[in-house]
Amino acid sequence: MQDKGKPTLIQGNIACGYGALAAGCSFFAGYPITPSTEIAEFMARELPKRGGKFIQMEDEMGSLAAVIGASIAGAKAMTATSGPGFSLMQEHLGFAYMTETPVVVVNVMRGGPSTGLPTMTSQSDTLQAGFGPHGDYCAVVFAPSSVQEVFEYTVKAFNAAEFLQTPVVLLMDETLAHMRERFVHPPADSIEVINRKEPEMPFAWFKRFEMTPDCISNFSAFGDGYRYHITGLTHDQMGFPTAVSREVTDGLEKLRDKILNHKERFTYYEKFMTDDANWLIVAFGTAARSAKQAVIEARRHRMKVGLLQLCTIWPFPDELIAELSRNIEGIVVAEMNMGQLIREVKRACPRKLPILGANRYDGVLITPDEIIHSLKVVHGNKER
Amino acid sequence: MGPKSPVYEYLRYKKKFPTVWCPGCGIGTVMGAIIRAVMSLGYEKNDVVMVSGIGCSSRMPVYVDFNTLHTTHGRAIAFATGIKLVKPHLKVIVVTGDGDGLAIGGNHFIHAARRNIDLTHILINNSIYGMTGGQYSPTTPVGAFAYTAPYGNIEPDFDVVKLGIAAGASFVARTTVYHVVQMGKIIEKALKHKGYSLVDVISQCPVLYGRLNKMKSPVEMLRWQKEHTVDVRVTAKRSPEELKGKYIVGIFKDEPDMPEYVTEYQKLIDSLKEGATKR
Repeated sequence: MQDKGKPTLIQGNIACGYGALAAGCSFFAGYPITPSTEIAEFMARELPKRGGKFIQMEDEMGSLAAVIGASIAGAKAMTATSGPGFSLMQEHLGFAYMTETPVVVVNVMRGGPSTGLPTMTSQSDTLQAGFGPHGDYCAVVFAPSSVQEVFEYTVKAFNAAEFLQTPVVLLMDETLAHMRERFVHPPADSIEVINRKEPEMPFAWFKRFEMTPDCISNFSAFGDGYRYHITGLTHDQMGFPTAVSREVTDGLEKLRDKILNHKERFTYYEKFMTDDANWLIVAFGTAARSAKQAVIEARRHRMKVGLLQLCTIWPFPDELIAELSRNIEGIVVAEMNMGQLIREVKRACPRKLPILGANRYDGVLITPDEIIHSLKVVHGNKER
Repeated sequence: MGPKSPVYEYLRYKKKFPTVWCPGCGIGTVMGAIIRAVMSLGYEKNDVVMVSGIGCSSRMPVYVDFNTLHTTHGRAIAFATGIKLVKPHLKVIVVTGDGDGLAIGGNHFIHAARRNIDLTHILINNSIYGMTGGQYSPTTPVGAFAYTAPYGNIEPDFDVVKLGIAAGASFVARTTVYHVVQMGKIIEKALKHKGYSLVDVISQCPVLYGRLNKMKSPVEMLRWQKEHTVDVRVTAKRSPEELKGKYIVGIFKDEPDMPEYVTEYQKLIDSLKEGATKR
């Protein structure tokens, strides 16, 4: 076990494992896929030592199914995968949205589509993480950018999943997963851990999917004495299938509103030199690391640039973009894909500003120079 | 059997009846047999979990007063695996159909059987996709008709029992809806068994399979079940000609001493704890 408080050099994937344990994860089901496999290997080694359970399932559909089953039985549960496996998991991700089951799904992104680039870095599953499964729902997706943040956001992912009773996707990328970096395990008592809301009323009054003012219902684990039904079908407050117009609408709106009601609480971001900035870079994950360096270099050339690093990708923080763009003359969105998050930035920006992408999708980490180049284009200050 | 029958104690009959099943369907008979088996074993309702996938048979969990989980098509066994691992004291019953359990869910079935995890898998086998309106399944016999086999099925069918034995299930049996008493006893044994128990229950779909295959009434289909089955205990006395086209019913494998997955995992946890104290 990691010495708490003492700095060590570990991989992002291992920090994810430590984060899961710190959050109280006691179940992991997974299927081998690079670049996420170290998470499964870590959990296979560490969980049984703590009385937890690890199982290597026959595929990714089975992995997320077992994780959902484990959560329904009362465990905090997680799986980890990469693009192809994440695609296979979409049906069960939808099932977890529909049945309000807290689970954490880690997607260590590599290039796609299909088998794509095994295994080089990418951020091309950004839109899929928010809108992968069919139907209407509201996704919660976090994206760390350093090994220390991987730990922190794995804990936050469990907390959000437990509080909101919904799947939370932790988006990492290959660079972050395999990069070894300084890591300090915080003392256990300094880590905030949230558990799902449990019922206290008699069984006869219990409604698993009860409409409450903040749209969060009581969760009772199977075997705890509150017998009820769970289905992926549209259901009423008791959990039984329904096709009654009012109940269908209420049920779907609950899935959305329980997230939006608590959006502020779970919107995480970092601002870097934005106070006096005229130009803004928006980035997340390891691209935000390059973007930070780009800010430092641009400042050397007296360009007033700031960075907004998004740690919550979905629900997209529209309000934040609106607020920060107030004194801004132009925005660069740096991402390792062909331009996915830039659509959201354009949509959320209330003013007509020049917004340009800095993109790279060849499996190589985007460089500060590439981001600066886009900044210059936006600035109308092309050197060539 | 009126509302005073003890079976009603295990049904959500005030809330959810009538069922979605067509008149003459065999699934209700299987549900009755499962409930009677649970009753006679004296299981607490709070300790029983029923998990299903998608299809006609997979609607069963709505009607029974257990902890009930209606999942995605073919994946019930994988969900059940997670539940059983977290709470080993729960009795986990998985109900699948033939399409659900053998086509889309075939992979989960063979791997759960291979692990010999303590689940009771009741495979209600009516040789057709009923909920989607009558397409051929992995157990539709060669030559039988379905809406996606309008000229007769040319695909060989699975022998569920052989598949279960080969995959590693430690309890494997076959019965039919006609043999309702035998079905009850077999399900009871399957529930008591510690390990993966598979019960292939041959059932009837008079509305789709029957109508397309010249058996128009449920009675005709039940008669077919009676006439086309041979008990496993007498097969040795029958000639290959007599057994041709017959389904063998009874218990084919019952090995309670085979290592069970959840127990083995607990042993692993315990050994790690001991190792830690020794060090």
